[in-house]
Amino acid sequence: MENHSTANVRQPLILEEKTYHQITEDIAKPIEGKANNLFKVVFTISAILALWGVGCFAYTIGTGIGVWGLNKTVGWAWDITNFVWWVGIGHAGTLISAILLLFRQRWRMSINRSAEAMTIFAVICAALFPVMHMGRVWVAYWVFPLPNQFGSLWANFNSPLLWDVFAISTYFTVSLVFWYTGLIPDFATIRDRQVKPRMRRIYKILSFGWSGSAKQWSRFEEVSLVLAGLSTPLVLSVHTIVSMDFATSVIPGWHTTIFPPYFVAGAIFSGFAMVLTLLIIMRKVLNLEDYITVTHVELMNKIIILTGSIVGVAYLTELFVSWYSGVEYEQYAFLNRATGPYWWSYWSMMTCNVITPQLFWFKKIRTSLIATFIISIFVNIGMWFERFVIIVTSLHRDYLPSSWTMFHPTFVDVGIFIGTIGIFFTFFLLFARTFPVIALSELKTILKSTKENPNPPHH
Amino acid sequence: MNYTFSSKTRNICLALIAIGVLSLVGGFLTDAHRTWPSLLLNSFFFMAIGLGALFFMAVQYAAEAGWSAAVKRPMEAIASYLPYGAAFLFLTLVLSSLHLNHLYHWMDPALYDKTSPDYDEIISGKSGFLNVPFFLIRTVVYLGGWILFLRAFMKKSAIEMQGYNVSNWKSSQQLAAWFLVFFAVTSSTSAWDWIMSIDTHWFSTLFGWYTFAGFFVSALSMITLITLYLKNQGLLPEVNDNHIHDLGKFMFAFSVFWTYLWVSQFMLIWYSNIPEEVTYFMDRFANYKFIFILNLFLNFFFPFLVLMRRGSKRNYNLLFFVGIVIIFGHWSDNFVMIMPGTVKEHWHFGWVEIGTMLGFLGFFGFIVLRSLASRPLQNKTHVFYEESVHHHI
Repeated sequence: MENHSTANVRQPLILEEKTYHQITEDIAKPIEGKANNLFKVVFTISAILALWGVGCFAYTIGTGIGVWGLNKTVGWAWDITNFVWWVGIGHAGTLISAILLLFRQRWRMSINRSAEAMTIFAVICAALFPVMHMGRVWVAYWVFPLPNQFGSLWANFNSPLLWDVFAISTYFTVSLVFWYTGLIPDFATIRDRQVKPRMRRIYKILSFGWSGSAKQWSRFEEVSLVLAGLSTPLVLSVHTIVSMDFATSVIPGWHTTIFPPYFVAGAIFSGFAMVLTLLIIMRKVLNLEDYITVTHVELMNKIIILTGSIVGVAYLTELFVSWYSGVEYEQYAFLNRATGPYWWSYWSMMTCNVITPQLFWFKKIRTSLIATFIISIFVNIGMWFERFVIIVTSLHRDYLPSSWTMFHPTFVDVGIFIGTIGIFFTFFLLFARTFPVIALSELKTILKSTKENPNPPHH
Repeated sequence: MNYTFSSKTRNICLALIAIGVLSLVGGFLTDAHRTWPSLLLNSFFFMAIGLGALFFMAVQYAAEAGWSAAVKRPMEAIASYLPYGAAFLFLTLVLSSLHLNHLYHWMDPALYDKTSPDYDEIISGKSGFLNVPFFLIRTVVYLGGWILFLRAFMKKSAIEMQGYNVSNWKSSQQLAAWFLVFFAVTSSTSAWDWIMSIDTHWFSTLFGWYTFAGFFVSALSMITLITLYLKNQGLLPEVNDNHIHDLGKFMFAFSVFWTYLWVSQFMLIWYSNIPEEVTYFMDRFANYKFIFILNLFLNFFFPFLVLMRRGSKRNYNLLFFVGIVIIFGHWSDNFVMIMPGTVKEHWHFGWVEIGTMLGFLGFFGFIVLRSLASRPLQNKTHVFYEESVHHHI
């Protein structure tokens, strides 16, 4: 996999003169040290939000989904917006670890571990919404095509909602296996450094008896490549199927052929935004600035420009074709988005997703951590509004004007959403304290070729 | 080592060009209605291969790709066909505008005349976009813009040849970024203009990206074919099995990508079954069924199953064959995009269509090979030359 020669124009990916041992020390430190007060405060806030969300979940299950703001016309709104938003965020991790692996992007090594962790937590948060929306969550297993005596009489293979079940569960499983496979040698490193017998035992179990023999490494590399090959179509399939939840319908604003690739681009866009939001803080708090460098941030920002522009082109394509089609309903749907009662959500989406990422064309902005952090938050917000615009504005104007209505979220809707954010951060903070947040054994393989002031290539 | 355009190869190209000229002249004399779409198809298709190669070259700069420096010349040579293809396409479109043919139904003025029995309310509604002057202006902007970018790239490339030059590489990167922005918009809009508007009533938001996926994978296959041809001549010693393997991966990946977009467009329209959209596939299924289905085999099943194996991406003869199948498959896909809206059920696949294709192929080969012979095949002062030569996966 390794390049034998690195061009002088390439930026170093690890700063300072590190040794192999120093890398281990730097990455093991957060796990072996004690939590500081800042961590405790942030963790407590996240856990309280998560508990609040769990409370709202319990209230919904006990009372029924009538406690949400949905009505007969707007039957999907806040819940599905959050579902798509979280699933989208869950796209960066596997893209980084699978597609960037196939493209031999070595900079992925410092960020893939935490991005994959984020993916897994985001997919868990996402899955909560459709499950809750079923109403009777205790029969949620009916979505699986089980024999009829278990109640799965209703599994409808023609429905993209069922395809979602398969797409997301496959994606989750493969992402989890991929993530865990990468963790095994790193857990072994942590295990060997532990002095407390109890911790040693835990990491021993987690590392599956890894011994680091040449044969194990060879199998490790092989399985990584196979998993990368498997994950690559999965990165595309999940949001493709999610887009089909809308696009297979005949609802103006939902039925449009560009949806599958445009949703995938949007998902990667939002995923990278969330990775940036988290990593810009994490690199500082865990003292990993030499590993997650400004170069890494700049490269991620370039992906944000790329995917943000793809999304922008898709918005304009939809807008143009709705006019070009000559179909009144299509034309109205888009006019209503931009000028109807939800105009503010449309223009928030446009500003956050299309305009702000274009600031990254300026090198000064894309290499500034503060600017990047702010824009990443904008993108997170914009991508939430995108789903809200697609879902709510397309539904709230029904074919019959007598059914026209608005959607108003209740405190339960808001509580559940905030709760998933709490769950997400609680998991991520736990991860940051107990797992090696950078793939250290993988990172060591590029130390020689990307050190600062590399030797000129041999001729 | 440089490539020499031998007189034998030149004669083959000239012979193909002669076949093309004879087919076109014969076609226009016997059945002009059948010949025009063939001219449009080949003008567009080969121009788009040049454009696809230019796009891929720009991506190499923007993405700081190192491995591909050794195969830059084949990309550049293919892209150099762009102005010639553009000239053919422009000529065809101007002749359409002058009503010398009826390729574009919307150019018929009767459709916009309320008193005419042919008045079409839907097409009239599109006249703000679909009108001859604006159409030609857009065509000039697309083709002219791409040609200007090509010339700028060629200039940078000439400077690149003169010595190791980091600032030139950096400005090439900027040029590539600007080109990609321009291309992102124009690749879609040009597909709407030149191809989607043939079926004037019909619309699909994915159409631009779908068209792009088809010509991009054809361009990738063409880059592979030219590289393998040069290897076969004993040239390009810097290009090893790993470069060929990577090109094969791109052919594989973008064949799958094309299929992904094909399914996205077809499945969503089929599933929703809305009359004004589904008519597009109904026409194709009624009158073009065999070739419509064949395209899926040529463009998906065949490359997917054959290129899946690692070994086949390193087998030069096999990869060459797959490349030919992919390029023909996408030519044939463009056939199904253009013919139903122009000649309806009266389509042929006979001497006019085959002859015109061969003629364009000969002309394309002539320009590309002449361009290859005009400069050294390798640039040892490219910033990524060392990386590319030591490429090993």
